[in-house]
Amino acid sequence: MSAHPQPAVRPQSAAPAWDRQVCEDFLLHEARLLDDGKFDDWLALFTPDAQYWVPSEPDQQSPYDTVSLIYDDRRLLETRVRRLASPRIYSQEPRSRTSRIVTNVTVEETAPDFAVVRSKFMLIEFRRNEQRLFGGTCLHRLIADGDALRIRFKRIDLVNCDAPLDGLVVPF
Amino acid sequence: MHGEQDLSRLVQPARVHRSLYTDPAIFQLERERIFSVAWLYLGHESQIKNIGDYFCTRMAGKPVIVVRDAGGAVKVVHNQCAHRGSMVVASDKGSTDEFQCCYHGWTYHLDGRLKAVPLQHGYPQDFDPKSSRTAMLAVPRVTSYRGFIFASLAADGPSLQESLGYMTTSIDDMVDRAPDGDIEVAGGVFRHSYNGNWKLYLENLCDAAHPWFTHRSSIDAAQQQADDVFTDGFGEIAIRQMRQNGAPYSFWESQVGIWTYPNGHSYLGDYHDDAKLVAAMNDPVFRDYIAALEARKGKEAAKKILEVRRWNSNIYPNLSFMSQFQQLRVVHPVAVDRTEVHTYSFRLRGAPERMFRNTISFANVVNGTGSLVLTDDLEIYNRIGLGLSSEGAEWIEIGRGYLSDVADEHGGRRGKNSTSEVYIRNMFDAWLGYMTGTPRESARFPHGAVA
Repeated sequence: MSAHPQPAVRPQSAAPAWDRQVCEDFLLHEARLLDDGKFDDWLALFTPDAQYWVPSEPDQQSPYDTVSLIYDDRRLLETRVRRLASPRIYSQEPRSRTSRIVTNVTVEETAPDFAVVRSKFMLIEFRRNEQRLFGGTCLHRLIADGDALRIRFKRIDLVNCDAPLDGLVVPF
Repeated sequence: MHGEQDLSRLVQPARVHRSLYTDPAIFQLERERIFSVAWLYLGHESQIKNIGDYFCTRMAGKPVIVVRDAGGAVKVVHNQCAHRGSMVVASDKGSTDEFQCCYHGWTYHLDGRLKAVPLQHGYPQDFDPKSSRTAMLAVPRVTSYRGFIFASLAADGPSLQESLGYMTTSIDDMVDRAPDGDIEVAGGVFRHSYNGNWKLYLENLCDAAHPWFTHRSSIDAAQQQADDVFTDGFGEIAIRQMRQNGAPYSFWESQVGIWTYPNGHSYLGDYHDDAKLVAAMNDPVFRDYIAALEARKGKEAAKKILEVRRWNSNIYPNLSFMSQFQQLRVVHPVAVDRTEVHTYSFRLRGAPERMFRNTISFANVVNGTGSLVLTDDLEIYNRIGLGLSSEGAEWIEIGRGYLSDVADEHGGRRGKNSTSEVYIRNMFDAWLGYMTGTPRESARFPHGAVA
């Protein structure tokens, strides 16, 4: 999987045991928050300097020289989540219902202060009269923040990222 | 089927019949009479720099290959084998020295002429490898204007230059901004789609009255966003763009203009200006860019180039672009109620590398499939599709600003202010011309003014 803009070095916290099960539980928790529409709680999982990325091309190397279906720094991600709560978000009237399956979780890389976790996902989205199916690979760069895990970086590679797509409003 | 008489009754000066957006028979006629006749934008020459480079696209729904042939000319050939009809090229883009069909190995020159056929002895005596019957047929007319490739499926008709008219100045604006005088497609493609008619897309691009409502959620979210949280700088343009969508009506009515020209073309102008809205002018990268432009073109010439402040320029029936952030959109009608739009970014040769980063950032917020802005536009197109399926109003109003249009010194007409729907009426004048052979000049200036 490709490089991404290197995150700033973070102060080292107590090294957790980067247990696969712990990471998987965290991803399932994240998926549940999204399915439940608890977007503020979802945002709270991210570090203050987090980046969230859905590339437009397979193996895309950078969000800065090629367009992305979504590329949010923290400021844009906050704006995205605030918009999701707006009563005037017409593209979510009616709201989507989603169901996510997260699986094939592997810990790809560990260091005392972070781990890169890879997973596969399927997302069923139903809105108005249409059901859509998305699938792909996620990369999370997780850091330990006290006892909690936080997302420093999340990359979602949709298998159909370069297909014609109707609007993407609910985050992956 | 609709006769000419019927069709012209469906377009009135300030309203159009809803069937123009819902009737599959009219959509089919549009494919035959507009998209199989008009100059369609296919792509940019920078996408096929070298001999043998090609990309695939569609004209009136038909698959074609745009290729640089052995002589260096741009050719457009139908992507269909002359033998059994198989689509010959299956990749979206690439480079090759010949086209070969995967079925029986018929092999073609880059310009579509037959090169070789296996088992040729088995074909009838009159088999002629030089005949058009054995070629991948070329699209009859292909012309570039400053690197922008247009083609027409019709053998005869007005030249590209005639068809574009004054709108060539918008393409000039796009290209002249490059310090080295050249632009190139870069940075990937968005392909977004919606359940609605193709005309809705072009009708929205110069609509200065919709952001306040349609984009309310992103305007509010961006206006409430704290500026002191972490950003890698990439979100800056996005936030500014969303905030400025919330400019008051008084701004749109007094500071922005809408210009239209024959054949359905138009642009929204005076929008993007340091003294008014968004503007990259205060951006240090943009200052470096101005310095580069001045160094290559001189201070006076650079000033003139940057004084052109057009937002979206629309070339009817399938192209829209904007020069300030180097964006371009191509509209592909799929069905009467289904449309795909492919959007591209351009790199200005000779501009600071960081400038392209701004271009990509802007592309994400304005044309991105996951954009906080575009997704509400797509919802509007879907809702119009749904609304028109009702048994409600038979006619759709396009009369805002009607009777107040004014003539323009370049042979067009402009709205009294930017919220005029003159550009929609102008597109329907062109629509009538293509569909019935009789453009309705009388509708353009109801007072009798002549452009």
